[in-house]
Amino acid sequence: MSATHPPTAALLQLVRDARIIVCTGSGGVGKTTTAAVLALEGARLGRRAVVVTIDPARRLADALGLEGLTNTASRIDGPWRGELWALMLDTKSTFDDLVVKHAESPEQAEGILANRFYRNISGALSGTQEYMAMEKLYELHEDTDFDLIVVDTPPTRNALDFLEAPRRLTHFLDHKLFRIIIAPTRGVLRAATYAAQTFLRTVSRVVGGEVVDDAITFFRAFEGMEQGFKERAAKVIDLLTHDETSFVLVTAPRRDVVEEATYFATRLGEADIPVRALIVNRMHPHFSSAAPGALRERARTLDRSDLGGLYANLADFAQVAANEEAHLQGLSQRVAPAPVFRVPFLRSDVHDLDGLAEVARHLFPHDLRAG
Amino acid sequence: MAGKGGVGKTTVSASLARAAARCGLTTLVIEVEGKSGLATLFGQPPFDYDEVVLSPGGGPDGASDVRARTLTPDDALIEYLEDHGMHRISRRLASSGALDVVATAAPGIKDILILGKVKQLERSGTADLILLDAPAAGHAISFLRSPRGLLDAVSVGPIRTQAQDVLDLLDDPARCQVLLVTLPEETPVNELIETAYSLEEDVGVSLGPVVVNGLYPELPGLGTDPEVAAGAAGAHLLPGEGAELRAAAQFRRHRMELQAEQLARLSGELPLPQIRLPFLFTADLGPEHVDLLARTALADIEALTELPGTAAVGAPGAEPGGAR
Repeated sequence: MSATHPPTAALLQLVRDARIIVCTGSGGVGKTTTAAVLALEGARLGRRAVVVTIDPARRLADALGLEGLTNTASRIDGPWRGELWALMLDTKSTFDDLVVKHAESPEQAEGILANRFYRNISGALSGTQEYMAMEKLYELHEDTDFDLIVVDTPPTRNALDFLEAPRRLTHFLDHKLFRIIIAPTRGVLRAATYAAQTFLRTVSRVVGGEVVDDAITFFRAFEGMEQGFKERAAKVIDLLTHDETSFVLVTAPRRDVVEEATYFATRLGEADIPVRALIVNRMHPHFSSAAPGALRERARTLDRSDLGGLYANLADFAQVAANEEAHLQGLSQRVAPAPVFRVPFLRSDVHDLDGLAEVARHLFPHDLRAG
Repeated sequence: MAGKGGVGKTTVSASLARAAARCGLTTLVIEVEGKSGLATLFGQPPFDYDEVVLSPGGGPDGASDVRARTLTPDDALIEYLEDHGMHRISRRLASSGALDVVATAAPGIKDILILGKVKQLERSGTADLILLDAPAAGHAISFLRSPRGLLDAVSVGPIRTQAQDVLDLLDDPARCQVLLVTLPEETPVNELIETAYSLEEDVGVSLGPVVVNGLYPELPGLGTDPEVAAGAAGAHLLPGEGAELRAAAQFRRHRMELQAEQLARLSGELPLPQIRLPFLFTADLGPEHVDLLARTALADIEALTELPGTAAVGAPGAEPGGAR
């Protein structure tokens, strides 16, 4: 096999030195596995590493001992010098903790936690999962038990949801409608209240009165907490855009996925966030340096013979490899000077520590890993 | 059409739309997430809320139109309010972001707006077949569960009526079926099986055939040693070529074995017929590839022993597996 690129030391350095690594990319490209591999390598290097996963495939969760886990980190034992911890994000309890933290009294917290509108926020409001992933990151960052935090991000279609979500939620809590709803208790001008009543009556006509009542109760209960939430969100955003947070972009070499990754990279660039490494999972191997067209032609002249089939097969994979490299070219330039790491199709899906170790061999140079 | 991200749902949607059109059915593809490559597959510029023709009918093959449009909750809401005599409030409600507040108060309201619009299009007879490219993966379940959730949360009003109408649509196998798309790989197959049972049990919607996308096609000689094959063909190999041919053949055989294992597992665990589409070793997919996949899908559909929709996941005595 030709054209297998030995990995550079860049990711190894990152895992050795970074405080926070955020794995980002679209769904189904092996982000969770990559995050686990990076944290495991950190533990191998003697660090106290924790990986925050969002929605691991069940067998990977089993391998990491994550089955039935709560929202707090649990330790995974293994033959490494440092420590490996893992947790599975629970959006709702992370949000609950945040409410309890910011409430002015236990009664206020209780009132909010019991509200139906509030219970819907964690499931229905877009961006909540992203926000809570980042909130969890902030919480772990404050915790001195860990010196390397690796986070998997939810599979969103919008590249920067996890950056924008904190802002979006505070904007939501600060919504004009919210102001209108709580206006009567604040004694704002009667005209505004009248307009609000008309508006709410119309909304009630469409969705039913109790839905609106739930919302009003929630916003009233929440009053006074917006400031705390806003300050916290600002700190989370600061942390994400700070130097000690490194972003790793994960993708697969298929055209549509690469297009999404390119969009991600562009948006990160616009936000002045450098991509520190590009990891491409599930690369088809390069078997031949011959041009796909020439191999295809050779197969054609040999027609239906066994040798023709063998050449057709070689042509197929030469074509796929050429496609994949062509798809990746623009993206590689976009993230330059970030190094590109190619992980081939593995013999089976990764769901144990051996599988993670196999991926690691393609991300970290062998000669520098010893010890 | 539902399936995890990255399984080629858009390609499959395009192919099945083209297959239906080849059977003379006017087909409308509805996208809800935007930014897909559907238009590119037909060699057309991107489309939006307004309906476009992706593949015009009336050619020598006697096919009908494949059309497409996008639906967004905001647009559907504006249209809905205007249709219900709330013209004045419609823009304000949509543009102020108030829909987010309302959608949080009544989860699923965005989904019901989309599904309500789909139901309206179905009732209006705008096309013989509507293919809805549903949100990816787990979202498909909450998307389709939204009418039942809303019926629980909202006791009166036009949205409740809307939810009931959508539920009637989802409950009727003659009007609506879900086709799940997967790759012949472990994790996507696991997710598909879970989604299938969840859709049948929690949503009560009928499942059509499962579409397995990306199967490596058979080739002759994959098990033959290149030197032996060269001898048989009276041909000579270039230096090093034997090893390349051998390694590539080994790789394909191995991948095909893994795919066969996953197909067998899928057949065993989910008694639904299967439509199997090949992996295409080409640079960029275009209309001719969509047509090729459409013909493959049609051949599979014709070979189905049972009509789509008559199979139930949990039905006793249902025949396991596909037609092969």
